[in-house]
Amino acid sequence: MQVQLKVNGKPVTIDAPPHTLLVQAIREHLKLTGTHVGCDTAQCGACTVMLDGRAVKSCNMLLAQAAGTEVTTIEGLAQADGTLHPMQAAFKECHGLQCGFCTPGMVMSSVSLCKSNPGASSTEIRELLEGNLCRCTGYQNIVKAVQQGAAAMK
Amino acid sequence: MGASDFSKLPHIGESLLRKEDYRFLTGAGQYTDDIVLPNMHHAVFVRSPHAHAHIRKVDKAAALKSPGVIGIFDGNDVAADKIGGLPCGWLITDVNGQPMKEPPHPILALGKVRYVGDHVAMVIADTLENAKNAAELVDVDYEPLSAVVNVLDAMKSGAPSLHEAAADNHCYKWAIGDKGQVDAAFANAAHVTKIDLTNNRLAPNPMEPRAAIASYNRAGDDYTLYVSNQNPHVERLLMTAFVMGLPEHKVRVIAPDVGGGFGAKIYLYAEDVCLTWASKKLNCAIKWNCDRSEAFLCDAHGRDHVTHAELAMDKDGKFLAFKVHTDANLGAYLSTFSTAVPTILYATLLAGQYKTPQVYVEVDAWFTNTAPVDAYRGAGRPEATYLLERIVSRAAWDMGLTQDEIRRRNFITEFPYQTPVALQYDTGDFPQCLQKANELHDIAGLEARKAESKAKGLVRGVGYSSYIEACGLAPSNIAGALGARAGLFECGEVRVHPTGSVTVFTGSHSHGQGHETTFAQVVASRLGLDPSQVDIVHGDTGRVPFGMGTYGSRSISVGGAAIMRALDKIEAKAKKIAAHLMETGDADVDFANGEFTVKGTDKKVTFGQVALTAYVPHNYPLDKLEPGLNETAFYDPTNFTFPAGTHICEVEIDPNTGVVRIDRFTAVDDFGTIINPMIVEGQVHGGLVQGIGQALLENCVYDRETGQLVTGSFMDYAMPRADDVPDFRLGHVVTPCTTNPLGTKGCGEAGAIGSPPAVINAVLDALAPLGVKELDMPASPSRVWEAIRAAQK
Repeated sequence: MQVQLKVNGKPVTIDAPPHTLLVQAIREHLKLTGTHVGCDTAQCGACTVMLDGRAVKSCNMLLAQAAGTEVTTIEGLAQADGTLHPMQAAFKECHGLQCGFCTPGMVMSSVSLCKSNPGASSTEIRELLEGNLCRCTGYQNIVKAVQQGAAAMK
Repeated sequence: MGASDFSKLPHIGESLLRKEDYRFLTGAGQYTDDIVLPNMHHAVFVRSPHAHAHIRKVDKAAALKSPGVIGIFDGNDVAADKIGGLPCGWLITDVNGQPMKEPPHPILALGKVRYVGDHVAMVIADTLENAKNAAELVDVDYEPLSAVVNVLDAMKSGAPSLHEAAADNHCYKWAIGDKGQVDAAFANAAHVTKIDLTNNRLAPNPMEPRAAIASYNRAGDDYTLYVSNQNPHVERLLMTAFVMGLPEHKVRVIAPDVGGGFGAKIYLYAEDVCLTWASKKLNCAIKWNCDRSEAFLCDAHGRDHVTHAELAMDKDGKFLAFKVHTDANLGAYLSTFSTAVPTILYATLLAGQYKTPQVYVEVDAWFTNTAPVDAYRGAGRPEATYLLERIVSRAAWDMGLTQDEIRRRNFITEFPYQTPVALQYDTGDFPQCLQKANELHDIAGLEARKAESKAKGLVRGVGYSSYIEACGLAPSNIAGALGARAGLFECGEVRVHPTGSVTVFTGSHSHGQGHETTFAQVVASRLGLDPSQVDIVHGDTGRVPFGMGTYGSRSISVGGAAIMRALDKIEAKAKKIAAHLMETGDADVDFANGEFTVKGTDKKVTFGQVALTAYVPHNYPLDKLEPGLNETAFYDPTNFTFPAGTHICEVEIDPNTGVVRIDRFTAVDDFGTIINPMIVEGQVHGGLVQGIGQALLENCVYDRETGQLVTGSFMDYAMPRADDVPDFRLGHVVTPCTTNPLGTKGCGEAGAIGSPPAVINAVLDALAPLGVKELDMPASPSRVWEAIRAAQK
């Protein structure tokens, strides 16, 4: 089955079996290994990408469902010259990451939540990040990063 | 260089942003599952669906015909190739002087399976999908047996027996302390407080599941193993010397970016050996990536103790003696460090921060039909702290004292202090930690906050925990005398390049701790460089000379100290080169801020000039000194380090729903010298949330009858999420460690060690007016609600 979509701004055609998950297409076909798989029940959010500007768990949908959409992965967030997106920069400045495994999904969720809830309070940010697990940071610096990133994105 | 001079260097105490972050933030991190090797196949393990069963037959015929399959192996194939079982790294000698019972731990089950998830067969195919499909066709004929999962059931006569070598399921009975003295002290006590508690079993759940890729190179007859692991040299040592009988130089172990460990990635696991062995048999690379559901079944779990303890006091609440009996669940097999956790790493901490003159601890360890239990963030020390800090708060309530007052009355205040359970604390300031925590927490405002809660129909309580831990594992001779089968030193190599930049090779491993930044700060500060001129290499036995890895909050105190020793050698040699360049004696040369100067003159050469001279030795004392500037050092600590502190938790509980909300949480810790405060605070945050997770949310549950793991996914096992926890109030007291050159004590586990009793003490304090006296972790809404209802009957 051939599926056409845009990934990180570039049109791609992926030839894959119909049961291929979006995350498999991203990691195995496109070799974009920044998107991670941390569970098998769509609970951890490590696989979160943006699909038409909205955060989705790419382990929880088929590649076929993404046909014709525009997908942004963590590799597509920084500028072409390597300058970090304000949310990526905020995660670094606030020490919002440790082992880095949940980080791509966490950053994608954060960018999405700031677009849909630009004025979110720290309590709201904690609620909105409920779909992303982090075992290292204890979340405090992630919340701080999201607030700082949100301010920088305005 | 000593700790006092070290702490004054530039960059020490600076919150430098992390050097490793860019790759993680841009998706450029390289975790094991991101690696694709040529001719790479995929492995899937056939796992036991039964907690306990005989294997009558493994029929591979249909599976072998499945598309893409290149090999299927079971326990008989392993045995035929004389591959050994997994070793236990710590020999415990029981109270009668006999070695613990050590049943075989085969890498693929032989004749019997002993827990749900036990490894039965390995299927290798060209794609993961083909391997999975074939695995379903492996026909295993089981004869199910009765299972036992709880430690209190395992000790009963007639309980299902797991191993021939331990027919009564008993691994060892171990004790420490003077029982006679303790009994005598109890006889004269004015009051005795007693407690029974369970330390709940936990699933470590680093966000990156375990993964491995083994490859074999026929031309060199050597192997490379990529593995998500905390200590690649230990992995290699155990696998080559103890299991496969291979020479170490033929195996390279690489632990690339590792997505969290928390203990679960210390151990040598069956999968790692199976892949390495099969990569030669099939002459290809083989990848295995653990599913999360699989991780719940087969990663080593943590905790799982049942304990009775009694604390004897005089009329003023001064502790006279403490006696403890613990039953520890080891799971079905002995994992790498499992036997040390409920003994050496637990009982020796039961003096805590208190000058209790006599302590006696007895531990019985048992096999059950559950996943092996081993070290998980804190490893023995959280279990000790939970017990001690629970009984101390209970004693305060029994004696009509506040939780902080009873602690103050019993704190150790003079150092060094020899405890009755083997350890000698070098330094600390426990009263100051407590006082600072009280201030930071605004304990003075507690009564007003309680009144506010009451007005809303809620109850509020506060809980204390004053913990101490033994980190910086460990003096090898002491560990050896206690049963360790390995050394516990660390190795560091400092390679100065001709242009003056530096690459450091450390045996420590970073899987989130930020070594690439903190270690660079150490080296840059010593050599007068910018941290950007220093790169840290870790996690590769092919590049790093040797190492014991990262666990027990040991990286900076042992790994950092090894680098300091290597830097001493670099500095000594560089001074000789500088002396030659400045035409003076070695003893007249000083080194500071990256410059070598001659005492009493204005002569100077820079570190960069010396480095270049070392590699372009045209004007060089070649008759006395080798060229080059590259030094390796091994450091074996002379004592453990003793991080300590006081945590205060304040909760608000809705008695109608049982929901516990942490309103505020304060942690004041003494980690000795702090190199990067930002990273240290991050470690504390993460540790606290893991401890709070244990106290309020997490619980690994096996069905008592069938032995099935009930909490086998993130749907059933409650991981702490962002909205479960508060922001934390953190403070520090600094009493530098006196036994290492940095003065550091370690900070990785403190949060997980100190917080669980603080949370439960707070819950019990809040529920006291409702008549609730005891509660086991996790204090989930249903448990709290039931406890309130039970107390009101």
